[in-house]
Amino acid sequence: MAPIQPAQPEQYPDFPDADEPGGGRRRRAVRYAVPVAVAGVAAATISLVPALADTGSPSLPSITAEQLLTKIAASDTQTLSGSVKISTDLGLPSALSGGAASSLFSGAGGSGEGSGHDGKTSAAAPQSRLPQLLAGSHTLHVAVDGPDRQKVSIIETAAEYSLIHNGTEVWGYDSASNQAYHATAPKDAGRDSGKQQRPEDFPATPQAAAKEIIEAADGTAAITVDGTARVAGRSAYQLVVTPQKADRTTVGAIRIAVDSKTGVPLKFTLSPKGGGKAIVDIGFTKVGFGKPSASTFTFTPPKGTKVTEAGQGSDVVTKGPKGFDGFNGVTGLTGANGAGKGAEPTVIGSGWDSIAVIKAPGGLPSGAEKNGRGGDASSLLDSFGKHVSGKFGSGTVFHTRLVNALVTDDGTVYVGAVTQSALTDAANAAAK
Amino acid sequence: MSRAETAAQPPDAAEAEQAPAPAPRAPRLVWSLGLFRSELVTVFRRWRTLALFAVLAGVPLLVGIAVRIETRDGGSVGGGGPNGGDGPAFIEQVSNNGLFLTFASLAATLPFFLPMAIGVVAGDSVAGEAAGGTLRYLLVAPAGRTRLLLAKYASVLAFCLAATLVVTVSALIVGFALFPVGDVTLLSGTTISLSDGMLRCLLIAVLVAASLIGIGALGLFISTLTDSGIGAMAATVGLLITVQIIDNIPQLHALQPYLFPHYWLSFADILRDPVTWTGIGKNLGLQALYAAVFGSAAWARFTSRDVTA
Repeated sequence: MAPIQPAQPEQYPDFPDADEPGGGRRRRAVRYAVPVAVAGVAAATISLVPALADTGSPSLPSITAEQLLTKIAASDTQTLSGSVKISTDLGLPSALSGGAASSLFSGAGGSGEGSGHDGKTSAAAPQSRLPQLLAGSHTLHVAVDGPDRQKVSIIETAAEYSLIHNGTEVWGYDSASNQAYHATAPKDAGRDSGKQQRPEDFPATPQAAAKEIIEAADGTAAITVDGTARVAGRSAYQLVVTPQKADRTTVGAIRIAVDSKTGVPLKFTLSPKGGGKAIVDIGFTKVGFGKPSASTFTFTPPKGTKVTEAGQGSDVVTKGPKGFDGFNGVTGLTGANGAGKGAEPTVIGSGWDSIAVIKAPGGLPSGAEKNGRGGDASSLLDSFGKHVSGKFGSGTVFHTRLVNALVTDDGTVYVGAVTQSALTDAANAAAK
Repeated sequence: MSRAETAAQPPDAAEAEQAPAPAPRAPRLVWSLGLFRSELVTVFRRWRTLALFAVLAGVPLLVGIAVRIETRDGGSVGGGGPNGGDGPAFIEQVSNNGLFLTFASLAATLPFFLPMAIGVVAGDSVAGEAAGGTLRYLLVAPAGRTRLLLAKYASVLAFCLAATLVVTVSALIVGFALFPVGDVTLLSGTTISLSDGMLRCLLIAVLVAASLIGIGALGLFISTLTDSGIGAMAATVGLLITVQIIDNIPQLHALQPYLFPHYWLSFADILRDPVTWTGIGKNLGLQALYAAVFGSAAWARFTSRDVTA
């Protein structure tokens, strides 16, 4: 049987769809060029389009830093919704994400949030979920309608964790485990300070982050306007805050992109002094200033959902994230728990160079006291801590790209956004 | 079906330009439709296809019964721990709302069961005919190779939709039979009515079917490379497994956005409030890209090869 050739034009001249004569290798090569060309065009489009979309600084009338700050302060934007991308790169060991890292830094940092970390929380409780934002890259969805109604959702693959504040109610809903968390807020709390109402120890919106920074920078930092940028499709001024009279801090610069029309901060970037990738990068990828629909803020726990009431947390059996059980001991070792419950931190120095000193009662618990679990934790601590000694005796330094902490063997914790040598110097000075 | 017809239009138009004497439009359309219909019958009248449907329909039944047994004494699927949700997506919600069985079943079948079925059908489409010796007879009919290939791809896409609908309908029946059904709480915590939930369910089924466009084109291309139907099926399914593994190795994250299964789970974004379309758009774009690249590669191969069997 003779092979059937690709072309039969002579046989079927009436059918134009019958393929052209095979014509040998050249024709074949031309045909294969089609898929290659399609792939090439696609590759070029994929690599060029995002690059083009982000470039170009819009031309806006020039403005002084003071004018820009006023713009931010005068911003009366009450409603907004959009997507926020948070990227944090603290330079932590990748195993140390989530709860352990956060209690290490928010608790030991003396922010007073330590008391929330009693280690017994539901999967839907904010303190067990928000710390995950401290490591890696996350997408949030934010909706705000005045001081009384806010919603923050952490977008996960095929799941979502939402924190909803509506009047006197605070709901947390974790769709992956189908659990809910409920708390009642004091009636007038929302009106007094919308910021504090957010049960977070991490500024989730650029707005909150910017306000905090500007308060902190007063008098100790240079605030300048550095050009314009395009953020989430909107024209924005770039406000740059550079630490001044502070040579020991790890903070290099803080960049805030402020929407030119509304004065709403759209992007917040914290870069380290040593250069390199930003430590914290929070920015809107999509933003709108319309009023979110009321149904966004209503939450009724679906039938069968386990609801944990705030304050009943300790009744819930804790099963930490898989493989991280040992980290409950970490917080104890660094004295974070002790700090939250007992001793108030004292502050050495001022401005950017300030160091918080926390005296943990009872000193550093040994591995034996923590019956095995703590033993694992302390060996793990050793793996990412660095042993140092000086006039103060000896201790361990925990290093991240932003915050450094020194835990001396007698249980005192020195922590701040400063270099490691600043910590040991402070400890030496205290030992004198 | 309408998608198959629209897919057939542009290449026809392109060929009309090359044609020495354009034939009247009507007979060609009838030819294309007739070819598509015969391909459709070839795919759906096989016992193998029915067996694949039976397997796909069995998955929701199994998941449903397992969840039902585990939760009959009021417990939750993950054993009630605060960090449940280790299982497939949506599994925690199934016992409280039967509609979630549809989403859980689609999430469970999309990584392997569904694409495997597509791989079998697409891989066999050309190579199987070549192996059985029927391809030459198909080519003797004056339809043209391009049109035959388009009809084959259209029937593969029809199978994608049918397979997804089998899972969806089976899950709906099992879910409504075994579990309570009511208002749907979205992933974001917003509650919508059941009818709205059903609408989103339908949209998800269509999206899942569209997620399989890429592997369909890939299977068709592999099918044109060989005369062994089994070989083409095995290669397609093997490639699927390899790609799925690569998609789960964190070190290869730079590669992953270009792998066809990477955005498959984006269909869950339909269940958010507001719906985020970014991932869905990326998924559909990627599927279209795979269809264009491997579809044209299949065309280049099929129209220039010698058919000897």
